[in-house]
Amino acid sequence: MKVSLFITCFNDTLFPQTGKAVVEVLERLGHEVEFRTDQTCCGQMHNNSGYPVEALTLVRRFVDVFRHADVVVVPSTSCTVTVRTAYPRLAAEDASLLSEVEALIPRVYEFSEFLTDALGLEDVGAYYPHRVTYHASCNSLRGLKLGDAPKALLKAVKGLDFVDLPAIEECCGFGGTFAVKNSEVSTAMLSDKMRAVLATGAEVVTAGDNSCLMHIAGGLSRLKTGVRAMHLAEILACTEAGV
Amino acid sequence: MTDTSFPALAHVALGKSQMRRNIRKATSTIRARTARVTAELPDWEALRSAGSAIKAGAMRELDTHLLKLEQSVTAAGGQVHWARDAEEAREIIIEIARRHGAERVIKIKSMTTDEIDLNPAMIAAGIDPIETDLADMIVQLAHDTPSHILVPAIHRNRAEIQELFEQTFGQGKLSDVPTELTAAARRYLREKFLNTKVAISGANFAVAETGTVGVVESEGNGRMCLTLPRVLVSLMGIEKVLPRFADLDVFLQLLPRSATGERMNPYTSLWTGVRKDDGPEEFHLVLLDNGRTKILADPVSRETLHCIRCSRCLNVCPVYERTGGHAYNSMYQGPIGAIVTPQLKGYEEAGSLPFASTLCGACYEVCPVKIDIPKVLVHLRAKSTAARVAGHAFDGEALAMKAALWMFGGNGRMAAAQAFGRVGQKMLAHDGVISRLPGPLSGWTDARDFPTIPKESFRDWWKKRGRKPRVG
Repeated sequence: MKVSLFITCFNDTLFPQTGKAVVEVLERLGHEVEFRTDQTCCGQMHNNSGYPVEALTLVRRFVDVFRHADVVVVPSTSCTVTVRTAYPRLAAEDASLLSEVEALIPRVYEFSEFLTDALGLEDVGAYYPHRVTYHASCNSLRGLKLGDAPKALLKAVKGLDFVDLPAIEECCGFGGTFAVKNSEVSTAMLSDKMRAVLATGAEVVTAGDNSCLMHIAGGLSRLKTGVRAMHLAEILACTEAGV
Repeated sequence: MTDTSFPALAHVALGKSQMRRNIRKATSTIRARTARVTAELPDWEALRSAGSAIKAGAMRELDTHLLKLEQSVTAAGGQVHWARDAEEAREIIIEIARRHGAERVIKIKSMTTDEIDLNPAMIAAGIDPIETDLADMIVQLAHDTPSHILVPAIHRNRAEIQELFEQTFGQGKLSDVPTELTAAARRYLREKFLNTKVAISGANFAVAETGTVGVVESEGNGRMCLTLPRVLVSLMGIEKVLPRFADLDVFLQLLPRSATGERMNPYTSLWTGVRKDDGPEEFHLVLLDNGRTKILADPVSRETLHCIRCSRCLNVCPVYERTGGHAYNSMYQGPIGAIVTPQLKGYEEAGSLPFASTLCGACYEVCPVKIDIPKVLVHLRAKSTAARVAGHAFDGEALAMKAALWMFGGNGRMAAAQAFGRVGQKMLAHDGVISRLPGPLSGWTDARDFPTIPKESFRDWWKKRGRKPRVG
């Protein structure tokens, strides 16, 4: 399959290793990856912060860039939810844009969803001999309703010691600009999430969204806990040959 | 003027560790109970869909249902009053109390009367309003404000209530045994129930086809208020109307299970007008708009009016659990408060509330009438932002958002911005992280490190990697 990668502006700038890992996993599975260089941002920040006019400009860009893609894979649960949930609302008053959005949405997959739903895989041939816990992210659980599917990918990783995160359904407190506008409430939520992560004894906390992870890792780093955060794709990219 | 924005009030709340423990304990208890009794019904999802559909239908023809309600209530011997806003509603209610020479009134289900600030107006008119719902009474005796739409005194624990009762009842020393505390409250309230002529209530529902008004409660104090006094005045938001009596079948299942986690609440009072020698001799229904028709006019946010005030969204909200209700500066708190209050009070006063959420979606997942609160929050954020930007010649955030949009406009601008960021961060980065960000971003680094921008972006790496894709 020819897979078009929507890296997201956030990963492109701050977490390029996630994009490289997605490319690694998909090519290892025999798929061709393309990267359309005109892509920028899905508009999530603008939309969720109260700037729908600006967000609509980015909806148009996204549609322009990916209109002819076979499938689009996104290593971010929140950006995928933005495309799936917010785009039809933002495009509601432009019938031709709306029909393009509706035609594109079924071809847009979150990364783990693409592996488990579109490809029907659990074991992607990865090897990662570490104790790992998984933060589900609200957008994965309640936005995309992925349930335990991403966990199944991790449990199939050779050598990986998987440990469940207590209170997995609870938000980590990131919430985009919420983390800055309501930083005290955000960090109060974070401290409970960190307590849960530390209780697992995991070396690594993973998720399908680097925005939650940046928040969680930022706290874990400040407290010098030694626990690392890694995007799910980065774990799935590791192989025995690569160690 | 003190800052009453959500972040400022949340700062105060986060410092109250006893209150936070009280709220966490109470919400986690109710959360577990509601989860249990909603999961046990095989048709729970169908009930939610029915609740949502009935409410949507009622709102679609609200004018018809309200006129029908007026007709039915009048035919049953009640009197209907229309109040455009809080002031009109206060005048109507105080005028009725005065006409009967009331020096005091007893009250139950007081949230809507809080919305119109009735109690201060009554006191100014020389009438003493006595709250009789246990939690409302606690809040009133303590000169406090409600912090939860269903459990207004949720922020107080048993020991605090014991102390309050000892100080205010004049019944001597009390223990903190719940039955003894409620017995003390009973002694205090019975005298009021038996010696007060006028009662003021809210309403959970009013049925258009029959004129039946309903109040759902746990203590029986509502039943006392609704049946003992000679005059009953019920204040109800216009969105509480239901077309048919049979609709109660759905809502009397949805409400108690979502609210207190009970299969059926202990007291459900339904009354239709007045009846000779049984209950109040005079019944007044005051129908309140106070901004509701404005909400109805907005196709995106009108589902706000479907709310049945069960409070389940408060009990599952991770933000509410940390801050409690006072941070919302309103009688409507939590996720539903964050969408109701700004629409009623405006963005000048409540513009920070739509931002008091991570959009985690826990509220939408459990709402018994399926209100898409995250969707409405995002919609109101746009309104709040537009109102704020319109009021200022310069708005830093709006400018930053414009700059970001320009950067996302293609033509290599993102790569240029990434390169610019790499240079800019040199002053801030130490050991690979940024531990102090400037200006409005400093909130991030108060408790979290921020990652530095790596030397090579993904797009740089891709470009260097060469055009030909490597397969398998």
